Amino acid sequence: MTSDFLTISNLFISFGGIKALQDISFSMAQGEIFSVIGPNGAGKTTLFNCISGLYRPDTGSIRFEGTAIEKKKPHAIARLGIARTFQNIELFSHMNTMENIMLGRHIHMGTGLFRGMFMWGRHSFAAREEIRHREHVERIIDLLELQNVRDFPVGALPYGTQKLIELARALALEPRLLLLDEPCAGMNQEEKQDMIFWIKDIQDDLGITILLIEHDMKLVMDISDRVLAINFGQPVTLGTPGAVQQNKEVRKAYIGEEEQDGPSAVG
Amino acid sequence: MDMKRGYYEDVQLVTSPVVFFWLVVLLVTLLLFPFVVSNYYVYVANYIAINIIVAAGLNLLVGYTGQISLGHAGFFAIGAYGTVILMAKAGMPFLLALPCAGLVAAGFGFLLGLPALRLEGPYLAIATLGFGLTITQVIGRMTLFGGREGLHAPDLVIGPWAVDTDRQFYFLLIGMTVLLLLGMRSLIKTRVGRAFIAIRDADIAAQTMGVNIVFYKTLAFAVSAFYAGIGGGLYAFVLRFIEPEIFTLMMSIMFLAMVVVGGLGSLMGPVVGAGLLCWLDLKLRNILNIPFLGDWLETLSRSWFSITGVSNIQYIVFGSIMVAIMLFEPLGLYGVWLRTKQYWRTWPF
Repeated sequence: MTSDFLTISNLFISFGGIKALQDISFSMAQGEIFSVIGPNGAGKTTLFNCISGLYRPDTGSIRFEGTAIEKKKPHAIARLGIARTFQNIELFSHMNTMENIMLGRHIHMGTGLFRGMFMWGRHSFAAREEIRHREHVERIIDLLELQNVRDFPVGALPYGTQKLIELARALALEPRLLLLDEPCAGMNQEEKQDMIFWIKDIQDDLGITILLIEHDMKLVMDISDRVLAINFGQPVTLGTPGAVQQNKEVRKAYIGEEEQDGPSAVG
Repeated sequence: MDMKRGYYEDVQLVTSPVVFFWLVVLLVTLLLFPFVVSNYYVYVANYIAINIIVAAGLNLLVGYTGQISLGHAGFFAIGAYGTVILMAKAGMPFLLALPCAGLVAAGFGFLLGLPALRLEGPYLAIATLGFGLTITQVIGRMTLFGGREGLHAPDLVIGPWAVDTDRQFYFLLIGMTVLLLLGMRSLIKTRVGRAFIAIRDADIAAQTMGVNIVFYKTLAFAVSAFYAGIGGGLYAFVLRFIEPEIFTLMMSIMFLAMVVVGGLGSLMGPVVGAGLLCWLDLKLRNILNIPFLGDWLETLSRSWFSITGVSNIQYIVFGSIMVAIMLFEPLGLYGVWLRTKQYWRTWPF
C-alpha cells in the first residue's frame, strides 16, 4: 500500500466569519476504506466539496496520485478518477435510471456535437458507442440489483433506490477514489445491511478506494480501515476504528459530557 | 410494454413496425400536401416550418438545458441578413450561405452564452432581451445591412433548380426541417444531449460526473442560435424582403411562447407549439371576418374599447387562448399527448 494516493495537508476554508475547516491533514492509502465522522455541521461535507472541486480551499493542498487538485474544476477532478455521491440526493430527476447511470460514462465517451446529431442507424459511431456503454452500465445495474427500475424516471422512485442509483452513477465513472456522503442515511436496517455488503464488494472486487462519511457508528466501525473524527472543522483524532471509538473527545462530541454511568461505547 | 432485446432499442427512432408505418404516412402526407391545398396554405406551411426550426432550437436551450432567451429574434435576424448578404455581396450559393449565416449566429450565441454562465432566470432573460434589441438597432443603422430601408432577397437558385414559388420552396423547407429535427432528436438521445439535461436537472452532480458546464452551457446557446439563424436565413426567402422592424421583441416572445405552449423539454412540443401559435396568429388576423362572432366582437370593441381596439382583438383572443392552455395543461400540448397515450395504453381500465 502506498500512502500518497490522496494526501490532504493543512486544509483551511472559511465562509465569512465561519471557519468551516481548520488545519485538516491526512493521507489515504490505495485500497482502504477511510471514514470521516463528526457531529452535524462539523465540516465533513465541506471536506468532500473541497476534494471534488466544488469549493476552493483558502490554503492547504490536496494531492491525488501526485497531482495537485485543490485548484482544479470539478469536471477535471472527475476525469482524474474521483467520483462522489451526495448527502441530499442529486439525481437527474427527469431521466430514467439507465440514463442517469449513463451520465457516469460521460468522460469515457467520445460522441461530440456532430456525431451526436448524426446517429443514423445502428452502425453509426454514436449508436455503437451508446450500445457499448449501455452494456457496461447494465453490469452495474446487475451488481446493485436495479433491473426492475431500469426504465423508470428516477424522480418517482423510493429514497433507498435513489441512493443506490447515485452509487451506480458514481461507479459508472470507473473511479479510483469514491467519495460516499452518508450512503445509508434514511435507510432501514435491511437496506443498510445490503449497502454495507456492496461497499465491501466495491472495495474488494473492484479495487476502489473509498472515503466515507457516515453517522451510523456500527457501519463505520464494521467496515472502516481507519477513521478521522472532526468537530467544529478541526481534527479530533485519527486512527483505527477501535482507537477512535475509545477517544475521550470523540465520545464527548457524540454523547455529551461523560456521566458516571454513561454508555460504555459510542453507538 | 414490449420487452427490449437490445440496447439500440433505447435510442433508435423506428422502434416498431407501427412507428415505421406512421412515419411513412407522415412523410407521404408532407410530400402530397402542397398538391392538394391552395397557395395560401402552402405559404402558411412554410411559415410554420420556419418557426418549428427556431422553436426546436430554443427548446434545446430552454427546455433541455434550463436556460432562457428573450433574444432569439436577434439570432433570427443575424441568420436572415447573413444569408442575404453572403449571397448578394459575397456571391455565395444559397446552400453555402445558409449554414455560414447559421454559424455566424452560433458564434454570437456562443458570445451571449459567456455572460449567461453567471446569470440565471430573470437576470438571464433581461440580458438576452438586451441582446435582441441591440441587434435590431445595429442592423437598422448600418448601410451594409440596408439600414431602415431593408434588403431584397436575391433569386434563389440551387444548381439547376430555380426555387421561385412558395410551392417549390416548401420542399426545400420540409427537407431541412425534417433533417434538423432528426438531428435534434439524435443529439438529445446521445452524450451531449444527456449532458444538457443533466445540467438542467442537477448541475452540481453533472459537474462532479465530469461534465464541463462552462463548455456545455455555451454550446447549448451556440446550437440554439444556429437553429434560429438557419430559420432566419430561410425566412428571408419566404418574405423576399427583410427590414429591421420585423425582428422585434414580440417575435422573441412568440418563439418562447411556442416552446412553452408546446411543452418544454419534449421533441414534439416545439412542433405542435409552433404549429398552433402560427396558425392562430394568421387566423386571428381575420377574426372580424368570422360570421356572427366577428360582428359581435366588433360591436363589443367599438362600445368598450377605443376605436383602435378593433385591431387589438386578435391579441386579446390570442392571449386568452395561451392563458387557458397554460392553466389547464401546464406541461403544454405535450402533456395532452402524454395523457392520451396513457389512456389508450391502459384502456379499457
